[in-house]
Amino acid sequence: MTGEARTDAPRTGAPRPPALTIEAWRRLLRDRPLIPLVALLVGLVAVLEAVRPGIVTAEWVGVTVRAAVPLAILAGCQTLAMLTGGIDLSIGSVASMAAFVMATLVNGQGPIVAIVIAFAAATLVGAVTGIGIGVFKVHPLIMTLGMSFIVLGLVAVYQLAMVLSGVVIPAPILWLGGGTTIDFLPNSLVLFIPLSLLIVVGLRRSGYGRLLFAVGDNVVAARLAGVRVWQVLVVLYTISAVLAAIAGLLVAGLNNTASPLLADQLVLPSVAAAVIGGTSILGGRGGFTGTIVGALILTLLTTLLTVLEMPEAVRQILFGAIIVVVAAAYTRVTGEA
Amino acid sequence: MSASAGSVDRGRPTLRWDAVGIARRNLWTSGLVGLLVIFLALTKFIQPTYGAAGIQGLAISLLPIALAAVAQAIVVISGGIDLSVGSMMALTSVTSAVLMKGQSDAVAVVIVIAILGMGLLLGTINGGLIVATRVPDIIVTLAMLFVWAGFALLVLHTPGGGAAPWLMESIRGPLVSEWLPRAVVVLAVVVGVVWVPLQRSTVGLSLYALGSNRLAAFRSGVPVGRTKILSYALAGLFSALGGLALTASTGIGSPVPGSYTLESVAAIVLGGVSLAGGRGGVVGPIIAVVVLALIRTDLTFLGVNPNWSEVIQGAILIGVVMFGSLLAMRKVRA
Repeated sequence: MTGEARTDAPRTGAPRPPALTIEAWRRLLRDRPLIPLVALLVGLVAVLEAVRPGIVTAEWVGVTVRAAVPLAILAGCQTLAMLTGGIDLSIGSVASMAAFVMATLVNGQGPIVAIVIAFAAATLVGAVTGIGIGVFKVHPLIMTLGMSFIVLGLVAVYQLAMVLSGVVIPAPILWLGGGTTIDFLPNSLVLFIPLSLLIVVGLRRSGYGRLLFAVGDNVVAARLAGVRVWQVLVVLYTISAVLAAIAGLLVAGLNNTASPLLADQLVLPSVAAAVIGGTSILGGRGGFTGTIVGALILTLLTTLLTVLEMPEAVRQILFGAIIVVVAAAYTRVTGEA
Repeated sequence: MSASAGSVDRGRPTLRWDAVGIARRNLWTSGLVGLLVIFLALTKFIQPTYGAAGIQGLAISLLPIALAAVAQAIVVISGGIDLSVGSMMALTSVTSAVLMKGQSDAVAVVIVIAILGMGLLLGTINGGLIVATRVPDIIVTLAMLFVWAGFALLVLHTPGGGAAPWLMESIRGPLVSEWLPRAVVVLAVVVGVVWVPLQRSTVGLSLYALGSNRLAAFRSGVPVGRTKILSYALAGLFSALGGLALTASTGIGSPVPGSYTLESVAAIVLGGVSLAGGRGGVVGPIIAVVVLALIRTDLTFLGVNPNWSEVIQGAILIGVVMFGSLLAMRKVRA
């Protein structure tokens, strides 16, 4: 990691007029990765409109954003973990668990108690994950993988115990996850906008945000500088689990259902969204704004390939190819992984 | 031996060829053999009718995941990780099933050889992309997970195809004694022919050197890029063998990758391979696969809800790694 400034969002202040040299372009891409990302996003929209004229409407934008929000939140978990050089593979099972626990408890306990219990369970899982990684120094990949086995198994056991209670998604969650206002504004933005502002500002302005970058950049230096690394990690994975629970409830509201495997297939795309958004898996570089754009790009790409009537197979191949190409472009431009 | 992957930052050299190091590596493996014996005895105790037939069934069902664990072990020893193992198995399995359906035995032999070549090719592409783009292994193989799974769907949209009878027979039933399942013999032969000679050669030393310390390996004259590609090519080869084992055990090919990738990562960690690279072998992971399966079998025999076995598998995975890093921490303090 070189000493350049964090590049997670466009900064205020007049940008220097770039000279039209390769070096200037390189610097532009390195310092403001958001510009090429947004260009890619706009390009995808343009291609979509060219392929199916008239498809890009306010309603369509609303549907796309609504589908991208849970992925963006899960990719946010991944971004935070990756900033410290870790990864969180347990978010899929934690998100599904929160949604499933909530949905099965609504009948007996009422929606508020159900949601509180769902978040309490997620917080507990996150804290255990964090203690394993921070205190016992278990590799994040192994710890979160193990926790996802444990959570999946426990939820399956719980499912058999609760087989009679039925799955009910309460009205407020349906409104939040799947509803729209004035026909096209997704209600999930009510939650997502403050949440993402909190994450973006928190990462750039708060002491804790800087600690995440510091730990990811050089964990030994951070420790020698007096950072209690284990506390940073325990808090990090707890936050990640709570965010995953929020995403899980939104997915449940969007699909009007909940199951122990509800959000499982979002785990790998969440890693992909964070990578496309410019967060390095080696730690110390990245941010949440890029991740949001990354999640939008992935959602748009899925829509585009569906509209083009590409078979699922081609969709997956292109999906993988784009991850490699974008990651390779970052590596080439920044000179680091 | 310490399986602590969290202690990367201590920067100690991890490859030991001295007597202590060899004893340590074998200590982990012998511990696993002990566990294996304990669980076999426990299984026999819980279910007195469990015998040769049960072991044969177990061996057939575990052959694909054991081969996946070998593939993952080779890559991780060389300092990488391959998340596309499951997808490569699916792709090679469907390709072999589609090609083999209705073919004569002689043609099937050619097909099997071609599939092994295909595995080498898939792995070489993975490794080549990592070396050429300099993107972290985990990202490239995550992307290739989608790519290979997509190709598998292109080859065969729904489970189908067929397998040559001799291929299916080759892993079924016992050999010589009823206690020696053919699947075990196949596994031993494959590992013995491909990996053991390699591990003992200079190339094998290069793989371990690359995994322990990339820079030191480079400065000692190891061709770092080529060695990395070789490790992924070998993983591709063993994934193809795993894919063939899948076809042979089910008689058809299925384009949906199972949970082999994550289970292979779990198995190598339990098997004493350090995620930081440079330490471990392929025997430990294979035994770990069997131990994990026996735990599941025992719980089923005991009438425990099978979902608990997933919980226990996760807890064992975390517990073993915690144990390893606690040992490492105590050693540092001492």
